[in-house]
Amino acid sequence: MAAVESLPPGTPSAMRNAFGTVLSALILVLIGVLAFSIRLFSVIKYESVIHEFDPYFNYRVTQFLSKNGIYEFWNWFDDRTWYPLGRVIGGTVYPGLTLTAGTIWWVLNSINIPLSVETVCVFTAPVFSAFASWATYLLTKEVKGSGAGLAAAALLAMVPSYISRSVAGSYDNEAVAIFALIFTFYLYIKTLNTGSLFYATLNAIAYFYMVCSWGGYTFIINLIPMHVLLCIVTGRYSPRLYIAYAPLVVLGTLLAALVPVVGFNAVLTSEHFASFLVFIIIHVVALVYYIKGILTPKMFKVAVTLVVSIGLVVCLIVVAVLVALVASSPTGGWSGRSLSLLDPTYASKYIPIIASVSEHQPPTWPSYFMDINVLAFLVPAGIIACFSPLSDASSFVVLYIVMSVYFSGVMVRLMLVLAPAACIMSGIALSQAFDVFTGSIKYQLSSKSKDNAEDNTSTKNAPKDDASSGKTDKGEEVSKERSSKKGKKKEREPAEKLSVKSKIVKKKALVLPLEASIVALLLLIMLGAFYVIHCVWAAAEAYSAPSIVLTSQSHDGLHVFDDFRESYAWLSHNTDVDDKVASWWDYGYQTTAMANRTVIVDNNTWNNTHIATVGTAMSSPEKAAWEIFNSLDVKYVLVVFGGVIGYPSDDINKFLWMVRIGGGEFPHIKEADYLRDGQYRIDSEATPTMLNCLMYKLCYYRFVETDGKGYDRVRRTEIGKKYFKLTHFEEVFTSHHWMVRIYKLKPQKNRIRGRVKKLKQKTSSGVSSKSVKKNPWM
Amino acid sequence: MMNLSRSVALISLFLLPLLSFSFSVDNPTDRRVLVLLDDLSLKSSHSIFFSTLKSRGFDLDFKLAEDSKLALQRYGQYLYDGLIIFAPSTERFGGSLDSKSIADFVDSGRDLILSADTSASDLIRGIALECGVDFDEDSSAMVIDHSSFSVSDVDGDHTLIAADDLVKSHAILGKTKIEAPVLFRGVAHSLNPTNNLVLKVLSASPSAYSANPSSKLSSPPQLTGSAISLVSVMQARNNARVVISGSLQLFSDKLFRSGVQKAGSPNKYEKSGNEQFATELSKWVFHERGHLKAGSLVHHRVGETDEPAIYRIKDDLEFSVEILEWSGKSWEPYVADDVQVQFYMMSPYVLKTLSTDKKGLFHTSFKVPDVYGVFQFKVEYEKLGYTTLSLSKQIPVRPYRHNEYERFIPTAYPYYGACFTTMAGFFVFSFVYLYHK
Repeated sequence: MAAVESLPPGTPSAMRNAFGTVLSALILVLIGVLAFSIRLFSVIKYESVIHEFDPYFNYRVTQFLSKNGIYEFWNWFDDRTWYPLGRVIGGTVYPGLTLTAGTIWWVLNSINIPLSVETVCVFTAPVFSAFASWATYLLTKEVKGSGAGLAAAALLAMVPSYISRSVAGSYDNEAVAIFALIFTFYLYIKTLNTGSLFYATLNAIAYFYMVCSWGGYTFIINLIPMHVLLCIVTGRYSPRLYIAYAPLVVLGTLLAALVPVVGFNAVLTSEHFASFLVFIIIHVVALVYYIKGILTPKMFKVAVTLVVSIGLVVCLIVVAVLVALVASSPTGGWSGRSLSLLDPTYASKYIPIIASVSEHQPPTWPSYFMDINVLAFLVPAGIIACFSPLSDASSFVVLYIVMSVYFSGVMVRLMLVLAPAACIMSGIALSQAFDVFTGSIKYQLSSKSKDNAEDNTSTKNAPKDDASSGKTDKGEEVSKERSSKKGKKKEREPAEKLSVKSKIVKKKALVLPLEASIVALLLLIMLGAFYVIHCVWAAAEAYSAPSIVLTSQSHDGLHVFDDFRESYAWLSHNTDVDDKVASWWDYGYQTTAMANRTVIVDNNTWNNTHIATVGTAMSSPEKAAWEIFNSLDVKYVLVVFGGVIGYPSDDINKFLWMVRIGGGEFPHIKEADYLRDGQYRIDSEATPTMLNCLMYKLCYYRFVETDGKGYDRVRRTEIGKKYFKLTHFEEVFTSHHWMVRIYKLKPQKNRIRGRVKKLKQKTSSGVSSKSVKKNPWM
Repeated sequence: MMNLSRSVALISLFLLPLLSFSFSVDNPTDRRVLVLLDDLSLKSSHSIFFSTLKSRGFDLDFKLAEDSKLALQRYGQYLYDGLIIFAPSTERFGGSLDSKSIADFVDSGRDLILSADTSASDLIRGIALECGVDFDEDSSAMVIDHSSFSVSDVDGDHTLIAADDLVKSHAILGKTKIEAPVLFRGVAHSLNPTNNLVLKVLSASPSAYSANPSSKLSSPPQLTGSAISLVSVMQARNNARVVISGSLQLFSDKLFRSGVQKAGSPNKYEKSGNEQFATELSKWVFHERGHLKAGSLVHHRVGETDEPAIYRIKDDLEFSVEILEWSGKSWEPYVADDVQVQFYMMSPYVLKTLSTDKKGLFHTSFKVPDVYGVFQFKVEYEKLGYTTLSLSKQIPVRPYRHNEYERFIPTAYPYYGACFTTMAGFFVFSFVYLYHK
């Protein structure tokens, strides 16, 4: 434990400190166990399977990696997705997660623990959430001492927002990325506090791991420069800041460029420009401080005016070049996802493919309460605690929470970045509050006991005294440890030292009445208890469903809907290995991973045109759709339909996005044609375009046979067109609950018939010839 | 005796499935042909046509169209490989036969000769319609041509036409040119121009029209000029072949034997072109000619022999395919200079004409384009009168591996130099800075 190393020997009550260290180590282990085991609900309630969509791709890649080795993985050209374009997996995937799980699997196997790749993948996320809570402990300890660290780690171990992305089976990038994110921040703060080049190098390596793992690394490479800039502006520049930042930019950028998916983006896209700009600024500032040190004040003034005038010219030139560079790229150098961060309406306005993903939508207020619960109320207190006193480290976490609150307001998915910040802040708040309350209790009790020193105090207070004194000790230990650590440093800031001293003085003055303290303590404990209850509920009920198996509880017992696996199994057993299956992109990863069939589009939405082609086919009438699919060599079309059992996220509900995305590339598809008076409906009021499009037909073909009326239980209405035949498609499979329906493209007709109408016209033409005879002109 | 005949029947029953395999991929020529007649006298009036078929080895089974025991298949196996319907006036077939079962017969890859005539029944028209041929709706109409009729037309209504507008295809009509005009008396039909499966073999002259010769023409005829087809063929997508003729007389002994002189033409022929026309057409329709077969598509890198699982961009590869033609008795090498291969991914990236070694092997070599993806080798060979060849084989093309790029780029040497001199310079500078004093 880091705590053990940082503990200075020979301090008074060393025994007690050692005890505290062991206790906090034990608590940390327990927190790790808690973080791991709270995420096992999905395995216990369902089974040990990979969840959802993206994890299936990661699982497939991991399988490939474990089978073929890292070089084959790096050069993997996958010909089973994005037919016929294919996808260069090695160059378009963030390899961190896969490499991590692959390494774990390899290590376990080489020490003769024969776990399957799937098991390793399922349990990677819980293991890494334990790591993440330990990293939170380290980070918060650097900011506000180990008491706050323990509180923050405990909070993070069970924060619902993080659980939602890291339950067992949720094998996604975020599972390891959050750990990497917190650990990178920890190393940055550690470097900032120590000024050690060793930690700076470690920081760059941690950043490299983060770049490997998740596209969210841009958050780091923007947040840290912002903090550096903040420090410079507030006059907190120090050589430690320089050591914390400059090596990170140089090494980190070099390392980031090694990741194939990032490559030259590390120096070419706008997301990274902030770090370079601050890199220049910090050098200028460092130079100014250096010059200031060697020049007399008068000379310095002259030099400043000289440099500023030249510097302004240079800066203008640099800015002009940058602007020109950025402007020359089509999206202004910003990728669509990043632009939607800055302008929340950007994506829904211009990029339907980004807006169509539910996790890219702005969150609603209840989702904050759902995902971070009571932390939302503790965060402001934490921020206040960070300002007394404000250090480099605490200003960083303040900046972190401010930025992540903003970003989480833009995209639901980024709640995940907010969660650690909220936990750190709440941990600080809780720990400070406990500090104050227990401190004042102790003070009150000790003053009381001084008053009646001869009288033995009632036995009632004794245990409380013990407990509270333990806690206060910890609080003291924090401050001691902190000051002693400061003592180790070569350069001391008088200001900070002063503030530490003043804090101790203030603490003495900040004494609350005994009763108020006890009540407040109880309330805080209750708050914590509510949080725990909510987290366990969220982990057990809300976030543990694997989404490939659905369950529903009704009056006659538990229903299990295993239609997805049923139909993927059907595909893999009944179709040819090289057959192509078309579906909306949501199901692409699952089809390739579970059915091992080639798909046209999948969840890696790299080619908008290709997705638009499938969207157009789904929104076209049958014949046009057949032609599009046939040109893509598609044999089977898969649709997901929830109308029978009331499964809301089916293709009919996603259909408007298909129309929008298709219409974005092929203007003959117009959204207005599918809407009646701006309303999306599938009942008898629906537009003819809607009732004749392929998606409607494939979903509702023979639907009326289920209940005789054609009542759709998702849309809560009777469908508009009940009886129709398919001419170019034939139904080959419908799963047990009609959730997945698979159709086969009929082959071209062997013969082309003549003009059928002519035979029917025969009678009418006969009539007309009679009328001709009646014509008086003849 | 009874026992014997019974056992013979039994044996033939066992042989039946074996016999029904005689029409196969390896031997595409039809062997057993059912001939449906609406009158058994046709057997003698068209005897020359039938005897030429018999002499070529066909096993003809004559049945009346109304025969109640008619059946094309038994126990799911087709009893015949070909069908000749010379029963233009039949309103209903006997037995289990109807227009749908005949369409199924064609869809199973078997061949059909259908001849209509004046006042053809709706049944016959319906079958023709299934094959994409529209007969003139007016049931009493005939093809009339006042400029290219045969001079032997004694009636004077110019319905016996001497047609010589034949399709130019060696595959359909044989190598020997049909010199004499073909005599035709019957009903006109038209084809949908967008239908690429049907083809006019014998077209009417521009002056022809379709009308009832016995009544006065009250309105402009619907079918005129060279839009009128007299005899058409259809080759279905599964290469089943169908001949549809508007005249039953065309196949008759009478017109086979009669001499012909086209009105206004000095050339007089002793014998009409009908016999040669009908014989050659029957050879085509029963797959004695124009039937191609292709072996598998073979490809490999230049200098290798095994087929790779994946190509890299800019690989050089060799491609070959064997194409054979059925001569009626054996498979002969097919010789042509217009077979092409496509290297296809949504659109052809490479389109090359294959060169042949005259032994049936078509080959070429080319460089894989600088585009990765899942490609297909495609041979789409559609030539007039020949069976359609449509072959494709999927092959992925991958980009360079990480170690297949150039290690050092010559143009980048200044940058390498700059990089290493900077490093050396920094080292020297640090050394001097730290230890100079």
